[in-house]
Amino acid sequence: MSPVEIQISGFGGQGVVLAGMTIGRGLALFEGYNVSLTQSFGPEARGGACSVQLVVSRDPIFYPYITRPSILVTLSQEAYRKFTPRLQEGKDSILLVEEDLVQPGATPPSARIHAVPAMRLAEELGRKMVLNMVVVGFFAAITGLLQPDSAQRAIGESVPQGTQALNLAAFEKGFDCGTRQLTLPT
Amino acid sequence: MDSKAKVLAVRQGRYCVQADPAGVLTGTHFLDGDQACCEGALAAGCRFAAGYPITPSTEIVERFAQRAPLVGGIFLQMEDELASSIAIAGAVWAGAKAFTVTSGPGFSLMMEHIGFAVMTETPLVIVDVQRGGPSTGLPTLPGQADMMQARWGSHGDYEIIALSPNSPQECFDLTIDAFNLAEQYRVPVFLMMDECVGHMTEKVVIPPPGEIEIVPRRYTSLPPSQYLPYRADAHGVPEMVRAGDGYPIHITGLTHDERGYPATNYQAQEQLVRRLINKIRQHTDEIVRYEETTLDDAEIVVVAYGITARVAMQAVQMARERGIAAGLLRPIVVWPFLEKRLRELANQARAFVVAEINCGQIVQEVERAVSGRAPVVLVPGAGGAVHHPEEILEAILTHASTREVLR
Repeated sequence: MSPVEIQISGFGGQGVVLAGMTIGRGLALFEGYNVSLTQSFGPEARGGACSVQLVVSRDPIFYPYITRPSILVTLSQEAYRKFTPRLQEGKDSILLVEEDLVQPGATPPSARIHAVPAMRLAEELGRKMVLNMVVVGFFAAITGLLQPDSAQRAIGESVPQGTQALNLAAFEKGFDCGTRQLTLPT
Repeated sequence: MDSKAKVLAVRQGRYCVQADPAGVLTGTHFLDGDQACCEGALAAGCRFAAGYPITPSTEIVERFAQRAPLVGGIFLQMEDELASSIAIAGAVWAGAKAFTVTSGPGFSLMMEHIGFAVMTETPLVIVDVQRGGPSTGLPTLPGQADMMQARWGSHGDYEIIALSPNSPQECFDLTIDAFNLAEQYRVPVFLMMDECVGHMTEKVVIPPPGEIEIVPRRYTSLPPSQYLPYRADAHGVPEMVRAGDGYPIHITGLTHDERGYPATNYQAQEQLVRRLINKIRQHTDEIVRYEETTLDDAEIVVVAYGITARVAMQAVQMARERGIAAGLLRPIVVWPFLEKRLRELANQARAFVVAEINCGQIVQEVERAVSGRAPVVLVPGAGGAVHHPEEILEAILTHASTREVLR
C-alpha cells in the first residue's frame, strides 16, 4: 500500500489538532496502520491557520511529512484557500468542508467534495466546541478508512474525562450525516 | 550487529534491576516524541527534573510536571537554564536520578554546568530538542546543528555520550538508555532530539516494568573511613555516595585527588582528566550503537542520524529500486563516534553520503574516519526543514557507478 496522506485544517480553537489526534490514534492503535502525525500552527492560542498532517501506511513510514494529500478537510475559508491547491487531482481524492464556514470557489478542485454542517450539528448538542468530533464522524463515514468502532475507542482515549458521552454523540451525528450523503444519489 | 545483544554484553557483570512499576505507563500509546521522552525518563527511574520552558522541548517537562507528583517525583521550574542545569546536579548528589530538557539557546547557557558534571562525574541526562540556530533562530522548526556543541561546548578536554532518536518510540527507548549509560559511566549523557521527532506523533509501545532494564546508581559498600570518592574501579568509574549519608564528600570543579580535595597541579590533572577521557574512550566499542541497512554490498554508504536517517532510508530504497547498491549507516549513539565501523566500510565504499540538518558537523568525523580513502559528500541543511528524500537520492546517484538520469 502506498501511503495515504491526510490533512485536516482550520483555524486555531476549532479542535483541529484533537480531531487529527483522534483519527491518528484510531488508525494507529486500533486499525494496525503505521501513522505519522505532524502539526503546524501559529503562535496564537486561537485564530490563525492550523493544520494537522497524517501519513498512513501499512509499511514503515520514513518521510513523516505529507507532500500531496489525497484527503483534505478544511474547516475555514483561509484553510480552504491555502491548502486546496495541494490536494491531489482526480476523483480518488476527497475534500471535506464545513458547510457554513467554507464556500468552494468558482473553480472547485476535481476531488469528490462533501460538505458537513459540523457547527450546526454540534450546536444541536448544545456545545459547538464538539464540532471537531462531528468532523471525525463525517470523516469516518465518507473515507471508510477509519471503522466507527476504532474511532469511538480513540475518542474515549483522546477527549477529557467526563466529556466522552457528548463527544461520542457528536461523532454519531457526523457519521450519520456522512452515511446519508453516501446513500443519496448525487 | 545486534544492538540489543551488544547492550546486554555491556551490562554483563554489571548490576541491573527491573524498572520501578510506578513510573512505567505500560501499554500502546499515540504520543509525540517529547511525551515519549518524558515517559522514558519516568520509566528509567528519574524522579527530578528542573527546567526553563523553551520550544520545542517544553512538552517534555510539561508532562513531567503533571506525572511526577503521582510517582513521588519533583519538577522545579527554574529561573533560567543555568539554574536548571545545576539544580539537577544537586538532585543527583542528593540521591535522585535527574534530567533537564532544553533547546539551542538554553543549551548554550548550560555549557558551564555540563563541564562541572563531567569533572565531578555527576550522572545526569540533558535532552536537547534541536531547532534552527544560531541564537533564537527558528523556535518551531527542526535542526541538527548542536551536535558539535554537545561534544565540545564546555571548555577543557572531556568525553561525553550522546544518542540520537529517529522516532517517538526511540525517544522513549533511548531516554532509558541515556539514564543507564549516565549511571554506568558517571558522565552527562545527551539525548539529541530535534523538533521533528519531538513534535511528531506515532505509536509508542511501553513494555511492562519487568522488561525494562535499569542501571541503578552504584553506591559504595565501604565504610566512611575507607571510602575515597574519586578512587575508580577497573573501568575507570568511582562509586558514589549520597550527600548526608555520613560520608566525607567534597564535590568540586577544581582538579581534585581521589579524596575529592582540590589538587591544582600537573600530576593530579594528568591522572584525573586522562581517567575521565579514558573511561569513555576505552569503552567506545561497548558504548557505540548503530543500525545498518543493506550495507553488505553497498557501494554508496549513506550516513545519517535522527530524523534525517529516516528520510535517508527512503532515499536508499529509491536508489535500490534504480539498481544502485546503496545502504544506510545510522549512528544511534553519535558520541563516542562509530569510527571503527566507518574505517571498515571505507574498504568497500565508492563514496560516503552524509545528510544532516546543519552545514557540516558529523561529516567532518566521517571524513576523519574515512581518511581520504573514498569521497565524502555532504547533503547539508541550514535548519527549518528536514531533507526531502530526493535531495539525498541525487547525491547517491551522482556518485554511483551506474548513473541514471534522475526522474
